[in-house]
Amino acid sequence: MTKNNFSRRGVLKTGAFAGAGLAMPTIFTASSASAFTNAPSGSSVKFGFNVPQTGPYSEEGLDELRAQQLAVEHLNGEGDGGMLNTFSSKVLDGTGILGKKVEFVTGDTQTKSDVARASAQSMIQKDGVIMINGGSSSGVAVAVQGLCQEAGIIFMAGLTHSNDTTGKDRKANGFRHFFNAYMSGAALAPVLLNAYGPDRNAYHLTADYTWGWTQQESIQASTEAIGWKTTNNVLTPVGAGDFSSYIAPVLNSGADVLVLNHYGADMVNSLTQAVQFGLRDKMVNGKQFEIVVPLYSELMAAGAGANIQGVYGSMNWNWQLQDAGTQAFVKSFGEKYGFPPSNAAQTCYVQTLLYADAVTRAGAFNPCAVVEALEGFEFDGMGNGPTLYRADDHQCFKDVLVMKGKENPANQYDTLEVVEVTPAAQVTYAPDHPMFGGAEASLGECNDGA
Amino acid sequence: MDAIILQILNGLDKGSAYALIALGLTLIFGTLGVVNFAHGALFMIGAFCAVALQRLFGLSKTTIDESQVDFLGNPLKVQTPYLESWFGHDFGQALIDWSVPLAILLAIPVMLAVGYVMERGLIKHFYKRPHADQILVTFGLAIVLQEIVKYYFGANPIPTPSPAAFRGSLDFGVLVGFDANVIIYPYWRLVYFLFSGVIIAAVFAFLQFTTFGMVVRAGMADRETVGLLGIDIDRRFTLMFGIAAAVAGLAGVMYTPILSPTYSMGMDFLVLSFVVVVVGGMGSLPGAVMSGFLLGILQSFASMNEVKSLLPGIDQIIIYLVAIIILLTRPRGLMGRKGVMEE
Amino acid sequence: MLGLNRKDTILMLIVIALTLGAPVLLNPFPADSAMAQFNAGYPDLMQRFVIFGILAIGFNILFGLTGYLSFGHAAFLGVGSYAAVWMFKLLSMNVVPALVLSVVVAGLFSVLIGYVSLRRSGIYFSILTLAFAQMSYNMAYSVLTPITNGETGLQVYSNDPQYLLGNGPQVTHLFGLEMRAKAVVEMGGWTFDFSVGYYLAAIMMLAAFYLSLRIFRSPFGMMLRAVKSNQNRLNYTGINSRPYTLAAFVISGMYAGLAGGLLASMDPLAGAERMQWTASGEIVLMTILGGAGTLIGPVVGAVFIKYFENIFSKINEHVLHGWFGWLPDGVEDVVTWILARFVGEGWHLTLGLLFMLVVIFLPGGLVEGGQKLARLLRRSRPDGTTPSNTPAE
Repeated sequence: MTKNNFSRRGVLKTGAFAGAGLAMPTIFTASSASAFTNAPSGSSVKFGFNVPQTGPYSEEGLDELRAQQLAVEHLNGEGDGGMLNTFSSKVLDGTGILGKKVEFVTGDTQTKSDVARASAQSMIQKDGVIMINGGSSSGVAVAVQGLCQEAGIIFMAGLTHSNDTTGKDRKANGFRHFFNAYMSGAALAPVLLNAYGPDRNAYHLTADYTWGWTQQESIQASTEAIGWKTTNNVLTPVGAGDFSSYIAPVLNSGADVLVLNHYGADMVNSLTQAVQFGLRDKMVNGKQFEIVVPLYSELMAAGAGANIQGVYGSMNWNWQLQDAGTQAFVKSFGEKYGFPPSNAAQTCYVQTLLYADAVTRAGAFNPCAVVEALEGFEFDGMGNGPTLYRADDHQCFKDVLVMKGKENPANQYDTLEVVEVTPAAQVTYAPDHPMFGGAEASLGECNDGA
Repeated sequence: MDAIILQILNGLDKGSAYALIALGLTLIFGTLGVVNFAHGALFMIGAFCAVALQRLFGLSKTTIDESQVDFLGNPLKVQTPYLESWFGHDFGQALIDWSVPLAILLAIPVMLAVGYVMERGLIKHFYKRPHADQILVTFGLAIVLQEIVKYYFGANPIPTPSPAAFRGSLDFGVLVGFDANVIIYPYWRLVYFLFSGVIIAAVFAFLQFTTFGMVVRAGMADRETVGLLGIDIDRRFTLMFGIAAAVAGLAGVMYTPILSPTYSMGMDFLVLSFVVVVVGGMGSLPGAVMSGFLLGILQSFASMNEVKSLLPGIDQIIIYLVAIIILLTRPRGLMGRKGVMEE
Repeated sequence: MLGLNRKDTILMLIVIALTLGAPVLLNPFPADSAMAQFNAGYPDLMQRFVIFGILAIGFNILFGLTGYLSFGHAAFLGVGSYAAVWMFKLLSMNVVPALVLSVVVAGLFSVLIGYVSLRRSGIYFSILTLAFAQMSYNMAYSVLTPITNGETGLQVYSNDPQYLLGNGPQVTHLFGLEMRAKAVVEMGGWTFDFSVGYYLAAIMMLAAFYLSLRIFRSPFGMMLRAVKSNQNRLNYTGINSRPYTLAAFVISGMYAGLAGGLLASMDPLAGAERMQWTASGEIVLMTILGGAGTLIGPVVGAVFIKYFENIFSKINEHVLHGWFGWLPDGVEDVVTWILARFVGEGWHLTLGLLFMLVVIFLPGGLVEGGQKLARLLRRSRPDGTTPSNTPAE
């Protein structure tokens, strides 16, 4: 295993430092200065899967881990190949990547930026990974993305929905396949217009941290564009548990729609309690009161149970889609684990394959070559329809799903139904959009650690 | 005015949860002198009694329906709860629907047993140890309990709805002369508030009017003298620990329709309940109850839009702010006794 | 030597040897072997060991000597980190101003909190410190986002002013010596990383340890112990103990600030969760686990917890199958299934069990327990030397 130094100057300096300060063993061998961080040398290449395994999002993290392991199997030619059979790029043939067998290490982020960075550091420094994939929150994604940029390896983001990840915090070495808050708003608005009409007053409850704010901003902008008014936006503490003090005043505020910009347990609790307050049985301004949850996940839907029925939201992907890529993935995931994959699992699976494909097309593991191969890459057959990895901000542009809680679920996985597949063109925005850091936001230079 | 009444109602409900947890914690503090960091875990186990009963009721016979297919294209497995096949569809469904309140019957013996085992097996050996050791061992225990629950039930919140009869909300405003929809209060929260009132009253009555309670109260005041009088205070303290665990567990069971249970819910309540107990004053049961309701109501007030627009973020820190102010103006909290946990 | 008696000198020399040799000692297994999973000798983790060691040493000056249990010490860690990152954003990536400011800011912050909280004792003091820390955390996470960058964590952006940057490096450095620079030595199958960042943090920890040793042995330390054993009696003798406890509180707050500054120097990002009560609780656990009141215990506790967090959480079922592949199929599955409950996603369970086992079987923490065990063994030997009665604190 070779380790390398980050800069030639660093080598000289540390050499001097070490020579002066420590008695060096006689068989001192200066590490071979390789071309880039953690260049794979043997017959294998190592990925780092950094997901929450403890804490509130651990269920989601473990599902990501399942998908990542499946992706590695498929890359190494085990199993049925999954989406490799439907992927529009055909360079991957199940013999690993550039002839090297894919191995992986896992880590626990605990959904804390600090811990996630420590875990990622250990993957980079100890295990010598060439790419890190995973994550289940935007704070963690932004933090790990920054670390990968500094260390000179590629970060393939997992579930991160904040505009910032590919907005003001975008990085040359970081890539996001998952959709974002702006896209949720753009996809939801026309459906909401159709379902609830143009004359509505929305009341927002928003988780008081960066992701909540970006989603609230996006949803407010897109609903106001269809004529809705925004009655109020109330920030709620993360992990509040009991949201009654925030929900109780809604009915008397003149609003007839409640938008819950919450995720995870917060969303489960706020939705459950809003339904408990009987909001959805009320008539306000002569209209039926409605609740909207802009970002859905299968696990939240399961946690909220029957309360989710008839509630609109959006998703990156869902296992019920009928295209060939989705079917191939659901089949191999379902046969291995016995239940359908979540959209967090799908994004991690696809990201891992996309990375492998980019390396193969570039013919090199060098991060800068990979960045070049991914930028502007157009592909299909991965479950989301034709997709573009935009060069300007490393964000994937693809169809977005508008979902609705199913009224009569047939089984425990059948909680949501796809209402509409919003075409990519409708959710595309300019790279210098003000919600994404404006003209100031820049990817910076790609870093290969040399 | 209506907004204030609304928040008092919400505060009473929050407060009843705080008060119930703090009550149990104070019983353990006051009688045994043990800092129990596993108290939140007891609350959590109570909540999972409700989940367990719901699962138990939901146990199903699996039949294969050839006419339908599941997501992989295999024949669909149809689940029929045994309860339905035993007691008929309607009564079976009713039992499942009522699983949360029925879980009280399960939670009482379970929590008493958990409390008994915990006290005899572990806590007993830590009475004379420094508080630091008590913190470490109970914190370790809390983690272990939490991980066991996580292994069986997963990390995702589990929906535990209230019985259908209690869904929806009472239009409280109309009763006292306001317009419709101004002051609404969910039925289940009303149930929870009444329930906690009954539990609190029962605990106080038990301590006040029974010989057993009298001995325990005497033990709280002066353990050594009671021991010298030839009274076996230890056995009574074991039972007190069981009762404290049961109170925490019952608080957890009935809270599940409000807060979907997760394995980490105990830790979320732990810090808060310590603050409540200390603000109430160490070793004082009425203090703990009072401070629970006070903090609950103040937190609800701080969550009002009018207050939040004046002081952004005040709802996130109000509890701690109030705790600081009270502890600085009243050295031993609201009703604390001198010398308890002060060294 | 340096004002230490012989026993303390030996202790100090042992700590120096262990700390400086850590990159070798913590990598006992060849890099390609299956056991390499247990190696902890990579820069990031070693840095965490010593930095959290500093934190725990500082905490021990307060808790171990005076008995005041602060449940909000993470606030000073967080404040120190924020101060350091702001220095990187405003001045340059040199760690010296960052470390200085982090200690100063944490010191001022602890004067403020200490002055108020020390008006109460016992659990009332603990809850006051907890309340201050939780307020800091909640504010940093949401309302104070312009200063702290909220959930994402404060980090250095390329468009930050950095008035003194000039042509200096864009990574944290000590007058040009980059923190992440390292010399890699390969010896046979073994690989050892000697990194600048680790040695900077290690030297800081040694200094911190030396200072705490001196405090423990000083009249000031005696006074603090008197507070612990009986504050009332001390007050009756006419001594006002408040200035002493406040001094101990501030010193330990500054230690935490230094630790925060060092964390930011090794990795220039400061997250709000560094101030959460769980982080404060972790410091308490580290100290008690290692042995509150002993000199080396808190460091042992810090290493213990960080080792589990970083090493055990990374062992997954895949790795276990690799280890036990030689077993017959059925047996292998059973063995890996059982072990998998305790590692990877189940590492918390192992930690909880160890907390309980340590406190049940090694009262007084790892260090004192170890000493008792050693004495017991020595006593059972007939020709054993007389056991010393004073534990090597």
